[in-house]
Amino acid sequence: MSQVAKRPKRKNPVERTRQPTLPPPTRSRVALGLTAAAARGRLQLQVCVDCGTVQYPPREVCRACLSQRLVWRRQDGAGELISETTLHAAQELYFRERLPWRIGNVRLDSEVNVMAYVHDAVGAPPCRVRIEAALDRAGQAALIAMPQTGRPALLDDPKLREMTCDPRARKILVSDGKSAVGQAIVRALAAAGADLIWIGVAEPWKQAAGFDGLRELPQAKVVALDVTDSHSVRELAGEIGGKVDIVVNTNDCHRAFSLAARRGVETAQLEMDINYFGLLRLAQEFAPALKARAADGTTNAIAWVNVLSIFALANYPPHGTYSASKAAAFSLSQNLRAELRPAGVRVINLFPGPVDDEWDQLEMPPKLSPATLAAALVDALKGGVEDVYPGDVAQDWVARNLENPKALERELGETLR
Amino acid sequence: MKAAKKKSTRKKSTAKAKVRAPARRERANLSDMLISGGAHLVDLTQTLSPDFPTIVLPPEFGQCRPFRMEEVSRYDERGPGWYWNNVSFGEHSGTHFDAPIHWISGRDLPNNSVDTLPLAHFIAPACVIDCSAQAKADSDFLLTAAHVKQWEQRHGRIPVGAWVLMRTDWSKRKDPVTYQNLDDTGQHTPGPDPDCVRFLANERDVLGFGTETIGTDAGQAAHFTPPYPCHYYMHGAGKYGLQCLCNLDLLPATGAFIVAAPLKILQGSGSPLRAFAIVPAK
Amino acid sequence: MAARGFDDVVLAAPVTVPYVRFSTRGAHWFLGRAVAQLVAAAKIPKQRIDGLAVASFTLAPDTAVGLTQHLGLTLRWLDHVPMGGASGIVSIRRAARAVQNGDAEIVACVGGDTNHTDSFRRNTASFSQFAQDAVYPYGSGGPNTSFALLTAYYMRAHGATREDFGKLCVAQRDNALKNPLALFKKPLTLADYLNARLVADPLRLFDCVMPCAGAEGFLVMRRGMAEQLGLPFARLLGAVERHNAFPDDPIQDRGGWSLDRDALYAQAGVGPDDIDFLETYDDYPVINVLQFEGLGFCPAGGGADFIRAYTFEVAGSFPFNTSGGQLSVGQAGAAGGHLGIVEAIRQLTGQTLGARVPNARHGLVSGFGIINYDRGICSGAAVLAAT
Ligand SMILES: [Zn+2]
Repeated sequence: MSQVAKRPKRKNPVERTRQPTLPPPTRSRVALGLTAAAARGRLQLQVCVDCGTVQYPPREVCRACLSQRLVWRRQDGAGELISETTLHAAQELYFRERLPWRIGNVRLDSEVNVMAYVHDAVGAPPCRVRIEAALDRAGQAALIAMPQTGRPALLDDPKLREMTCDPRARKILVSDGKSAVGQAIVRALAAAGADLIWIGVAEPWKQAAGFDGLRELPQAKVVALDVTDSHSVRELAGEIGGKVDIVVNTNDCHRAFSLAARRGVETAQLEMDINYFGLLRLAQEFAPALKARAADGTTNAIAWVNVLSIFALANYPPHGTYSASKAAAFSLSQNLRAELRPAGVRVINLFPGPVDDEWDQLEMPPKLSPATLAAALVDALKGGVEDVYPGDVAQDWVARNLENPKALERELGETLR
Repeated sequence: MKAAKKKSTRKKSTAKAKVRAPARRERANLSDMLISGGAHLVDLTQTLSPDFPTIVLPPEFGQCRPFRMEEVSRYDERGPGWYWNNVSFGEHSGTHFDAPIHWISGRDLPNNSVDTLPLAHFIAPACVIDCSAQAKADSDFLLTAAHVKQWEQRHGRIPVGAWVLMRTDWSKRKDPVTYQNLDDTGQHTPGPDPDCVRFLANERDVLGFGTETIGTDAGQAAHFTPPYPCHYYMHGAGKYGLQCLCNLDLLPATGAFIVAAPLKILQGSGSPLRAFAIVPAK
Repeated sequence: MAARGFDDVVLAAPVTVPYVRFSTRGAHWFLGRAVAQLVAAAKIPKQRIDGLAVASFTLAPDTAVGLTQHLGLTLRWLDHVPMGGASGIVSIRRAARAVQNGDAEIVACVGGDTNHTDSFRRNTASFSQFAQDAVYPYGSGGPNTSFALLTAYYMRAHGATREDFGKLCVAQRDNALKNPLALFKKPLTLADYLNARLVADPLRLFDCVMPCAGAEGFLVMRRGMAEQLGLPFARLLGAVERHNAFPDDPIQDRGGWSLDRDALYAQAGVGPDDIDFLETYDDYPVINVLQFEGLGFCPAGGGADFIRAYTFEVAGSFPFNTSGGQLSVGQAGAAGGHLGIVEAIRQLTGQTLGARVPNARHGLVSGFGIINYDRGICSGAAVLAAT
């Protein structure tokens, strides 16, 4: 159970808005393997291919046999908390502003020692714990000692909560609330305790089934937002940009065409205009204000979520131009991440597999329901991840892509036949 | 093919003759008339803005790109002393002109695209049929040939080569939602019925048909026989369309001249334009 | 095979560049002053120094190489010893072999650092790759975090109390009050120690060294050279070093001394009972206890009983960190590993700044350095004797 956060007091307008600080962001290149896994919510450590020795901190060669064949493997994180301290002094501003911190030494069953944050729910050493990995506010992996049993949330620890982007009590823009996915996300965010949800609506003359029900949510406020229209995006940013804590980019134009199946570029342009330029317009108008408010009290600007597609990783020829537009958006999201990271604002990308909607009608199951996708989004905000692959198809694709991108390209190429 | 050519030639010459006569008479004093109050101008054009709705088609069809505007510079680092925009739009966005080539029925006519239309057609007399009361009562109101004949009884026979403009006061609907007036059975906006269109094209040899709504056809015209009769018959007969007009309530039933010159787009099917009326004093 | 002995290698000319909390000077200034004081103490021209061993954290981008040109030294033997608190002992070992073998005649061993207002944070942030990747991001407590974890573990595992550690700190302060160069000038009571502000549980303020700027130095040469120069000297009886001992221990509660003490005492020809005073590396009290145990003054895990059984002032039953140690003098970066050596030379040659251990014949100095990740990597110890 997460603590119930009361609606925070309004900000005193004569006080200076606090500026963001970050935990130390520097890591060696080899240590970024830990970050890559933590971005997906996984604990991976280096393991020697030749002798099986587990390594930590990350190394260039095996500490046991000097082999250079070290690979990152998932770990269960089981171990013993052997010592702990509560830090009351810190050198970095980020930690100093949030003292004290509970830090411990954990001896993993794989015979490596890790230094880790210790969750509030963990008892005094010596005791069994489970190490998890999450991203800290600098976007780097942080190891956390959790109780061996039970699964307390990061949110339940007042310090580790800082690693999350909890939607509770926050003001959130959902850029397109008309699509089935957009509607499900609005509902999920409302259920997660969002304080206010601006629901973007383009082409208001087009009705969307189920949309009117959203208006009954007490947090909902429908706003005009057409991400293909720079003026519209600018107008809305001018109106609410200084209040938005989380932007959820749900705009998605999905047409199921391969490049040969659709003459001309008009449809591809529309996909690009919404999926890529739409993100660009939103980012140009909303990101600066998010950065400026990244340390603004307890309900600060904290996250940006993009609903991308697993097709962003590798082109799915039956939806070829759509895949390309999502790949472009994915690329731009990395730019956005680089822009927002110095402020500690996390960019979370969701890469769902086929969704149970009209444009994936001809895709074979398993398909993701909009509600499942929305639940994955809320989980991501409540956790410490930035790359989310919801659903079995997405999980399958990302594994295949990691293992052999060329093989995946060839396999997907076969789907046109 | 031969008939079409002949028809077109005839229309061309009559339209030319029709326009030339008043032009010759009034050339010397048009500006005097405007200054003295002998005539005034009425803007028939909606502002071309990104908010202005475009025609709604099922999403699997190609879509008319709405008007969009991207700032190039505004006295800033992108251009320190000047302000300008790049704009993009479909040919059928905002207050716009439809050329015969727009419809499959007019695709083989000569001079059927906006770049090849006779210049003389860009100024023509207007007959304004006031349907505002009926449209107010019924969004799906259809103008019939009988209505037109009734109008002729009061205002005289529609001259050859004239614009027939259907006034519905639809342009006064400033909220795009009520302007589009869509529900899950489609759009509900007034327009002409198929007989009416045939009557105007064949028996009155008009220059074209103009409306205040988003199309020259009624909102439900996809279900007519043939579908979209105003597009089908008018363009098939080499006639034009004007849509998203406004201020038709400021025009007399007869006597006004419409200036409606589309952009000269190579093989263009239509274009947004600045349409206005010259209204001589009674 | 036992290592060769050090024959007639001696240490002389103990110098200290007075410590200051913060300085606007660079490390080159403190190391340069140390060399100048060595030259002055030995009454030799600078050119007579033909070997140099340098330890410093804040010399970057320079190393010992840059320092030669900076100080105008022409050398035939040069070493840079980046081993933190073990650098002093390791410098002795390197320098002793050089003079034994004729590679150099007079080796200056200097350790020192500057301290700007933000330099400790910056040094800590980039202290090592493992620290950068796996320690500093967890609260940026620096060595406080690491030693808090070791201290908490030691207390739990071996029954030591805060009072035990406090007894050592109070004794060191007493010693420091007699040392005019110590930065801490106020007496410390056990109550002060126990009630000080929490830094990293269980560590409180007086468990933690205070970073400062300063330098220490001494000369290594053969006995004949010292006599020729008329310099009082201490003889080097034995010296050992060890790096990354016991890597499989889950947490550090012993250092490399346990591996090397038998060799050390055999080389020196003396045992723990012969030692008249002990200078340990004391950035945190728990590490003193590991040195008591590792160097054979008490059994492993017996540190608490040992502390309760002895007194540690200069005049006490176990004279220890007789100048006050780093905890009461200050930690001038890499000079911390030289502090105990310089004090031992002073004790054995009768040149003390503060109180002198009566009739001291043998002194044991030990070093400990580089919390690379979760434990100190380098350890060393040397036995020095009066003439
Ligand atoms: Zn190995």
